[in-house]
Amino acid sequence: MEELRVLSVCGNLGYGFPEESLAAGIARDPHFMGADNGSTDAGPYYLGSGDQLTKREQIVRDLGLSLAAARKKGIPYIIGSAGTAGGEPHVASVLDVLHEVSRRNGHRFKLAVIRAEMDKEMVKRAVRAGRTRPLGKLPPLTEEAVDESARIVGQMGLDPFIRALEGGAEVIVAGRSCDTAIYTSYAAMKGFDLGLAFHMAKIIECGAQCAIPIGANDCILGTLRRDHFELEPMNPGKRVTPGSVAAHMMYEQPDPYLFYEPEGMVDLKDSRFEQIGERRVKVWGSRFVPASQPTIKLEGVRLRGYRTITVAGMTDPGLLDHLDEVEAQVRDTVARMVRGSLRPEDYDLRFIFYGRDGVMGRLGPEGSRPAHEVGVVVEAIAKDQATANAVLSLARSSFLHCGFEGRKATAGNLAFPFSPSDFQGGPVYEFHIYHLMELEDAGAPFEVEFARVG
Amino acid sequence: MDRLYDLAEVLRSKNAGPLFITLDLLFPDEATYRRVAESEALSPGVVARLYGVEPEDVKIVYFDAANAIKVTIPRTGPTSGAPGDRDVYGAQQHGPLLGLMIP
Repeated sequence: MEELRVLSVCGNLGYGFPEESLAAGIARDPHFMGADNGSTDAGPYYLGSGDQLTKREQIVRDLGLSLAAARKKGIPYIIGSAGTAGGEPHVASVLDVLHEVSRRNGHRFKLAVIRAEMDKEMVKRAVRAGRTRPLGKLPPLTEEAVDESARIVGQMGLDPFIRALEGGAEVIVAGRSCDTAIYTSYAAMKGFDLGLAFHMAKIIECGAQCAIPIGANDCILGTLRRDHFELEPMNPGKRVTPGSVAAHMMYEQPDPYLFYEPEGMVDLKDSRFEQIGERRVKVWGSRFVPASQPTIKLEGVRLRGYRTITVAGMTDPGLLDHLDEVEAQVRDTVARMVRGSLRPEDYDLRFIFYGRDGVMGRLGPEGSRPAHEVGVVVEAIAKDQATANAVLSLARSSFLHCGFEGRKATAGNLAFPFSPSDFQGGPVYEFHIYHLMELEDAGAPFEVEFARVG
Repeated sequence: MDRLYDLAEVLRSKNAGPLFITLDLLFPDEATYRRVAESEALSPGVVARLYGVEPEDVKIVYFDAANAIKVTIPRTGPTSGAPGDRDVYGAQQHGPLLGLMIP
């Protein structure tokens, strides 16, 4: 095989893609199609709760269209990081949609499902053996941290996908995956250069995000050959340039010159980019350096409580001059009111003042003044929803009627845009596991199950 | 002297995973890129002071192929989306860089 054509449906299945782009991609006779469906970008809630960022209706549309195209063409279709976070409930909900659209359209195929939820006992054995290490500023992993996690997933690399493909899978739905593994596994199976294959995968996993105009919600074709690859957006209104492709290598990753995979490092220092025609770019020179010790990335969250918030606006200049004082008074009032039933550590109360320092806090420009209108979000987090509701309600009413020096607007401090004014946010999670785990066989924790559909 | 915000074509921030914020500065041409890169206005020490992190935790990469500079800093407070975080996607963390003056 001298040329491998890979169609990336979009950067996140469910974001929507033009049907014309998909048709144009299919017309190029791709060897397989892929779509990423996950990310940690939207925060820890999805992994913890089992919910998806993209809603069922979006998946029905995108999966329905793309699966029909793959089945009609008779090519494998690989979906990674199913259901945003790639845990058991996330995979289950994507499978539910898969079965629904397959029934509706009469598809028949061999399905492989790859699980990515990690067994806590296995992770604890790795902790005891000193085979985990933190990323970023997290503390080293402990058995307690593993026990208190709501869910842990591992990012699978190439091996489970290759097992699924070798087993004859025509559709693969995988839990949490390295984005690159979705698109590199087939190339690895066919013996293509891994440096080029990973680099191409790293670009096309975002759909046409590397194109001009930019667009993760559009299809792109990657053509991998023995000594280079080419990129071409499938929307005729989009093009790629050496600049746009190089710039994309900066996107959402700390270093444009290298990135790490479970199998090793991809070195882009000698990568070169060349324009081909108006709309295509050729890339070569990317190198793969195998790791001496395979690792997988673990992602885990723990429950921190339940959230209730309110949103309101303020315009009174006297009030805007006394926000810190009002906040302190409200905190004090709430503490006094709940003294008999709650300890201070039983709840968290936060005040975010948009128009003052809501986003940057103390890192904002020195000496800046609040805007003429300031929005406040009051947030209560407590051990259960009812307690959060009660704490927030106390804080809201205390804030509304809080007195301060020189107060003139004595009827109320807050303009509420909504009735009811308070909103339940449900469970609140925190990423407390984001660690590397060393393994002899990086594919071992990821089970591949085959099934017939239709 | 010009503000960094006025010299950059793209000045953005984004999560690089839930533990890091990465800031991209893309310049319209090589001359502007060189001017900023060689000015030393954007050192690890300056970034550390602007973002309240340690200078040794600031990573700055110069990327000639895209006339771009990449700055990556750890989240030292809550991880992305944890209680107390104010920017789950890390998409509005470029503010402290805007006003940097470049000779």
